[in-house]
Amino acid sequence: MHISEGILPASWAGLWFLAAVPFLAWGLRDLRVRSVTNLQFKPLVGLVGAAVFIISCMPIPVPTAGTCSHMCGTGLAAILIGPALTVVITSVALVLQALFLAHGGLTTLGADIMSMGVAGAFAGYGIFHLSQRLRLPWFVGAFLAGMLSDWATYGVTSFELATALAGDGSLKTMFVAISLAFVPTQLPLGIFEGLISAGAYRFVRVRRPELLAALQKGNAR
Amino acid sequence: MKKAVTISMVVFSLAAGLWLGLSSLGMKWPGVDEAVVEKFAREANRPPQKRFIDMDQGDLLLFFFLAAGAAGGFVGGYFFRELFPPKSRRSSQDA
Repeated sequence: MHISEGILPASWAGLWFLAAVPFLAWGLRDLRVRSVTNLQFKPLVGLVGAAVFIISCMPIPVPTAGTCSHMCGTGLAAILIGPALTVVITSVALVLQALFLAHGGLTTLGADIMSMGVAGAFAGYGIFHLSQRLRLPWFVGAFLAGMLSDWATYGVTSFELATALAGDGSLKTMFVAISLAFVPTQLPLGIFEGLISAGAYRFVRVRRPELLAALQKGNAR
Repeated sequence: MKKAVTISMVVFSLAAGLWLGLSSLGMKWPGVDEAVVEKFAREANRPPQKRFIDMDQGDLLLFFFLAAGAAGGFVGGYFFRELFPPKSRRSSQDA
């Protein structure tokens, strides 16, 4: 989902930047407020940030497609530290990847933050809490959060590309074509990300249930 | 320590098996950013431009990937130990 330098016209690149700014401001405020009440919050943000950085730049071969792609880690991050703060750590990861790892670009940073940070985090967080309201088992919620955050990220990336590249053609046709091109790789990888998210959530649930309880109070803020 | 060595050996064996299996398929394994994002961009006459800081020279990118992996792994491991200390350390703290 990393959109390379120069693919988006300046107008679209600027628009995606502007759209990402309020979420970043919300996330920074969230960090300041919650780290006062929960002393273990900053270490957890550091751990989740490192995980998102590594997960989102690690190419995984997908034999069904013959291509490599990466998971995002934002669904898991969102159910642990909340969606707004996930946008902040995703932004830091994306800046480092654009600067040093030839992943994404600086001019396309706003679009990448919107797809991986905002769409991924809010889709994962939303589906996890919906599944809790529906009284589904926790592992179903965590699995769906990981899987749907991955698919939401690539869905929004398809939309961003379609709006910039459709030109005089049909936006819908371009969106469908790009989305379908992602399917062979992201369909299995999204399921894999769901399993990883459920496994990681289980680990925290078993080892530090009190940490999870404190986090969920903060996330509901 | 014994557990860490066992886990490392299992991960290494799985990675080696995966590498053998995948390399026998004879595919080129392009990244999806290149196979999808850049493909559509080229078709729409908006090919990717040169990066502001070009690290893709020789082994430089490999160096940065390894450095990023090491730094990310260190940061993650440091905070992991703080949040999930070994059982022996937790029980001494509780006492």
